[in-house]
Amino acid sequence: MASFTTTATADDPRISGGGGILPPVVGGGGDDRRGSGLPDYATRLRRARLGLLVALTPVIMLFVSFTSAYVVRQGLPTFDPRTNAMVHDWIPVALPRLLLINTGVLVLSSLFMELARRQIKGRAALAPATTTQGASSGDQVLIPWLPITIALGLLFLFGQWTAWKQLAGNGFYVATTPSSSFVYLLTGTHAIHLMGGVLALLVAGVASLMGRSLMTRSIVVDVTAWYWHFMAGLWIYILCLLKFAS
Amino acid sequence: MATHESAAQESHAHAAPQGFIRKWVFSLDHKVIGLQYYFLALAAVFVGMFLSLLMRIHLIWPAVALPILGDIKPETYLTLVTMHGTIMVFFVLTTAPQGGFGNYFLPIQIGAPDMAFPVLNMLSFWTTFLGFIVMIAAFFVAGGAPLHGWTGYAPLSAVQSSGPGEGLGADLWIISIAIFCIGALMGALNFITTTLDMRAKGMTMMRMPLTVWAWFVTAILGLLAFGVLLSGGILLLMDRNLGTSFFVPLITMNGQVTGHRGGSPLLWQHLFWFFGHPEVYIAILPAMGMCSQLLSVFSRKPIFGYKAMVYAIMAIGFLGFMVWGHHMFMSGMSPYTAFAFSIMTMGIGVPSAIKTFNWLGTLWGGRIRFSSPMLFAIGFVSLFVSGGISGPFLAQPVLDIQLHDTYFVPGHFHLIMGVASIFGIFAATYYWFPKMFGRMMNEKLALWHFLFSLIGTYAIFMPMHYLGMAGMPRRYSQMTEVNYLHDLIGLQKFITYAAFITIAGQLIFLVNLFWSMFKGKKASDNPWEATTLEWTTATPPPHDNFGGHTPVVNNGPYEYSVPGAPRDYVMQNDPEIEPAH
Repeated sequence: MASFTTTATADDPRISGGGGILPPVVGGGGDDRRGSGLPDYATRLRRARLGLLVALTPVIMLFVSFTSAYVVRQGLPTFDPRTNAMVHDWIPVALPRLLLINTGVLVLSSLFMELARRQIKGRAALAPATTTQGASSGDQVLIPWLPITIALGLLFLFGQWTAWKQLAGNGFYVATTPSSSFVYLLTGTHAIHLMGGVLALLVAGVASLMGRSLMTRSIVVDVTAWYWHFMAGLWIYILCLLKFAS
Repeated sequence: MATHESAAQESHAHAAPQGFIRKWVFSLDHKVIGLQYYFLALAAVFVGMFLSLLMRIHLIWPAVALPILGDIKPETYLTLVTMHGTIMVFFVLTTAPQGGFGNYFLPIQIGAPDMAFPVLNMLSFWTTFLGFIVMIAAFFVAGGAPLHGWTGYAPLSAVQSSGPGEGLGADLWIISIAIFCIGALMGALNFITTTLDMRAKGMTMMRMPLTVWAWFVTAILGLLAFGVLLSGGILLLMDRNLGTSFFVPLITMNGQVTGHRGGSPLLWQHLFWFFGHPEVYIAILPAMGMCSQLLSVFSRKPIFGYKAMVYAIMAIGFLGFMVWGHHMFMSGMSPYTAFAFSIMTMGIGVPSAIKTFNWLGTLWGGRIRFSSPMLFAIGFVSLFVSGGISGPFLAQPVLDIQLHDTYFVPGHFHLIMGVASIFGIFAATYYWFPKMFGRMMNEKLALWHFLFSLIGTYAIFMPMHYLGMAGMPRRYSQMTEVNYLHDLIGLQKFITYAAFITIAGQLIFLVNLFWSMFKGKKASDNPWEATTLEWTTATPPPHDNFGGHTPVVNNGPYEYSVPGAPRDYVMQNDPEIEPAH
């Protein structure tokens, strides 16, 4: 029975067919501005950072959309059947002071995240590529910035949860007023994104335990660090929006 | 050879899988993932077509009970409208040209061994697949699938008690769309990073095939648009399930006060159409790229105005984000705002006209080969012009208010966004089938398929323009008993008969597709004598695409009929040709 295949092997004589000329690998970078196309550390790091930059775009769009909805909804009048008049139903929520403490925790975690990034990047730069399988950089005692960052990240999330409970305790539930809806929406969506960052750091930690190369962990930590800084900046933006634009 | 193989292993992030599951199910290979997207879209398109056929039957024989469904109630008809539109837009028009062909051929066309993030690529497909399953599940839950249309307008979509299907079915619909958005975003991330960072040496941006440009710009559109739709979906779910009032004002529904107040249905429309209009270009841009490619290959001429084509793709993508308000002329927007949206909308005609002019310029004086891909590429141009020409009508608010809720609009968007894009998919299928499966499709069957499709499409959608101008409203399930529409029922019957015949014609394609996979004539590595990189490698391509080599690009993508060249085409990795003086 005839059949089809969708792959061929490297020594398939047809590989050089088609009328083209296939020289050996000489590197990538279509505009000749970059070096080798092989996935060495620099290439992988550059690619991962580019991927992160691209990935942040829809996150920005998501929060831009929420912001536009926030501004539009804030200005909308609604019909009051008791008075037969259009009234504004936007009742600003008194934000728990705990959110300020949470902000401090997140900023601090961002600082430690940066220290973790520089630490592992320094180690990766020192270690030759051939000896990085689960390598340590000698007898030097390293401050565990990464676990500290994870702990602070989890503390921030716990703090946000506590702030939600305080809001509910004050009578502001998700559907109480439009402004409380947005408080839960924005803080909740931000928390879910930050959980992604915590998960990535845990992956880096697990990768370390599984003996994955220092280079790989370095890239994961580097990209997560930039993501983490972005999340810290985003949180400050959200807090300002909720505090000053209500 | 050993050096090359080791280099290939280094340059390819993952080894060739051995087991069936890793090779064909949870594959990291962009080619397999491309095929998975393609066959998902193929399954979806037949579901969507079946639903449209049920609609067409009900429109002209409203009393006829259908198999399985029985009597069609008005709300059931709206369910068919909703699910047909949603499945076609998301799981066919967005999935096949970008996820299918883009995944398979973008890395090869730029000389890369794979996508930048293969694991993410796999997740992207399976996320999309999950979205499709959730969408289909909406048919089978209590109350059935939703009836709020593919646009999901609030408050109909935002209140669970608004109608049958607006309970769990509508929740599943929203969740499915949200899942689809996440999958599409992962795909867009890969497309952009791969294009920017993994081009082979010599593959400058201005040497990229127009297909790659189209996929690249489409990915950017998706990146900017799907996040906004996701935000709308989250707000909608909150309105429906948590009692918030983002989109729902103080209203009574079925005699009951809903409990919502202060929300704005227009807010949903703005969020939806900020995604929805770029979505039109997400569907059509890849088809434009594919047809630009094919017109050059089968005219044996360089594409007319390559740079103009690139800038036109960018301009269409940019302007696509400026015109969402033209879908909302009926909402009572300020005439000044409507005027601005109207001008911007008609502005899109400029890059669109540039592209059309260049397609005709490419055909002009060419040594045209009327192979099956070329037939569909020419068909695409025809449909694009025919469907596009009614765009400026709808872009004018005074005309749109008359035509908006009539059959004129389905006639317009099916031609330009729906079937034109489908023709792009057909053209690409006939063109790349030999590379994907190592065999040729049957040209005679393809010709019949083309004739059925082109004539059938015009027979279905051209009369809809006349129905619309005569005042026949869309979305209504039964119009046979309406006096003032009585004279138009004959035309509706004609459309239904045409739909039957056209859909039957698609079975020819289906037979040809699967028969050719196993029994088709063996294909050579470059059966169309084309120049781009996918034709320089084996058929089908090896796991790392170029069998241990990375191509070096020396020429542009459309070097046909080059004076002094030994044959009438120069491949992208051939030695650099002397510029003509």
